[in-house]
Amino acid sequence: MTAVSFENVSIMFGDNPKSALPHADKGLERSEIQEQTGQVLGVHDCSLEVQEGEIVVLMGLSGSGKSTLLRAVNGLNPVVRGAVHVNNGGDMVDVVSCSKARLRDIRQHRVAMVFQQFGLLPWRTVSENVGFGLELAGMETAKRAETVKHQLELVGLNDWADRKVGELSGGMQQRVGLARAFATDAPILLMDEPFSALDPLIRTRLQDELLELQHDLKRTIIFVSHDLDEAFKLGNRIAILKGGRIVQSGTPREIFSNPVDDYVQDFVANMNPLGVLTARDAMEAGTGDTAVDAETPIREIMPNLAQGPVTVMENGTAIGRVSAQSVVARLSE
Amino acid sequence: MDWMTEYKIPVGDAAEAVFNWLQKHGAVIFDGMAEAMEWLIDAILWVLQSPHPLIVVAVMAAASWFVHRTWKVPALIVVGFLFIMNQGYWEETTESLTLVLSACVVCMGVGVPIGIAMAHRPRLYAWMRPVLDLMQTLPTFVYLIPAIVFFGIGMVPGLIATVIFVVPAPIRLTYLGISSTPTALIEAADAFGATPQQKLWKVELPSALPQIMAGMNQTIMLSLSMVVIAALVGADGLGVPVVRALNRVDTGLGFEAGLIIVVVAIMLDRALRVGEDK
Repeated sequence: MTAVSFENVSIMFGDNPKSALPHADKGLERSEIQEQTGQVLGVHDCSLEVQEGEIVVLMGLSGSGKSTLLRAVNGLNPVVRGAVHVNNGGDMVDVVSCSKARLRDIRQHRVAMVFQQFGLLPWRTVSENVGFGLELAGMETAKRAETVKHQLELVGLNDWADRKVGELSGGMQQRVGLARAFATDAPILLMDEPFSALDPLIRTRLQDELLELQHDLKRTIIFVSHDLDEAFKLGNRIAILKGGRIVQSGTPREIFSNPVDDYVQDFVANMNPLGVLTARDAMEAGTGDTAVDAETPIREIMPNLAQGPVTVMENGTAIGRVSAQSVVARLSE
Repeated sequence: MDWMTEYKIPVGDAAEAVFNWLQKHGAVIFDGMAEAMEWLIDAILWVLQSPHPLIVVAVMAAASWFVHRTWKVPALIVVGFLFIMNQGYWEETTESLTLVLSACVVCMGVGVPIGIAMAHRPRLYAWMRPVLDLMQTLPTFVYLIPAIVFFGIGMVPGLIATVIFVVPAPIRLTYLGISSTPTALIEAADAFGATPQQKLWKVELPSALPQIMAGMNQTIMLSLSMVVIAALVGADGLGVPVVRALNRVDTGLGFEAGLIIVVVAIMLDRALRVGEDK
């Protein structure tokens, strides 16, 4: 089932955004369009399908339009042309053209968001912040308190429930942000670089926590990141943006093995390949002592390679082997 | 240079024509306003004057203790009022406090909604800005004259003159507070599906509260600065002895009444500095 589908989405910023469309259609860059029309290209002609239950990471350098595209899903950025269909419990609603009341309904019940700068209300306590979305949706106080308590347990903040959010560290504040988004029970979560403002240690821990939560809760997550390691760690699929256009989308492995251009290649070159490579990627001809499945990550096989090569099995037949040499050869490609 | 003065642009005549027209056609509105304000003034005056002065002082001291949680402000209030009673200005002080409090009620009641509306509508802001500047720079005496014409002599024209002079402060500060609500918070509210009403009450107003409170503080202090001018149009209070002293060139009386105003100002200022103790 499709959860969100972007259909030829174009977003322009300026006083007359439509005037920039013909120029963008000709394939002009953002700077050229701005020179000729005074409008700023946000994203142009982006199409992407997000399936229920998967994590899709939008990634690119700053200014690539990844956040802009994400914010089209809940209508924070106005779409000039194209459609963004959001699964509203069976029927797909176009948030670009739907009524304000419908959009509010989707924001309250279907799509929640986590912000890079947290976006918490500083005069409220932790639990009041977590309950914010529920409060807006009109949930009664007693039920809300119960839901909030449960959410705080999930993110490990029960002891802090009655503190003001300003007293919390950045990592804890973002946990509050996560809890607020999970609390509304919205099946679709938008995460706009939620961990970028945190220090690396906390970032890694929160990534792990998010994966754990996702394992149990199975939401659809659209995640924006400029960090390829983060994207490869979290994403079931990745879409790479450049200058407001999607240049490549696919699974981490597809992108790693087949970068479509130099831009993607540069990205990929800077990351740790062990996170994505599987036995199949580092195979050579021959057989080994023990057997592994073709989809086993190299990282898991490596400790065994000291004892000699291992055979790679696919559907019960041996298709080659992985040896220390073949891994080094693949890594130095 | 005769040509310069040959034709005089009829500023004064135009203003008079406008005021005449307003007096003729707006009588119902002005009478209604006057009645409402008179009611407000009488109510506050009754609260301050019908109990024994010491009870009023005790209540004010207790209230300030509740707000500040320190003995200093209540002590100041008790000493200040005892001094005022010693000098024999209790009645005038309650009258001036009435003027200040009713100006506060009217200014906040009018100023906060206007400030909010201006923050939400850039074009209204562009229109209101010169009006606010005019209200604050036009010499107070100038609008005392039409105030007398419309509302006669007494507390009400004094209140009107005070409000005209003071209301730009809460308007501006409310505008500042609401329009400086962090975009991130507005977006968070939007993202979770807030209605414009919810956004105002749950995000913008709490975020603007410090500025709105500063606006109220300024309203009260500016109103107090108007008590002498209000006395010129017949408002009762501490301004009356000051004006009388001026007419009689009575230095002693002038200083006495002036010092009482200063004491009231100090008490109000300390009592209003919420959150700045310690």
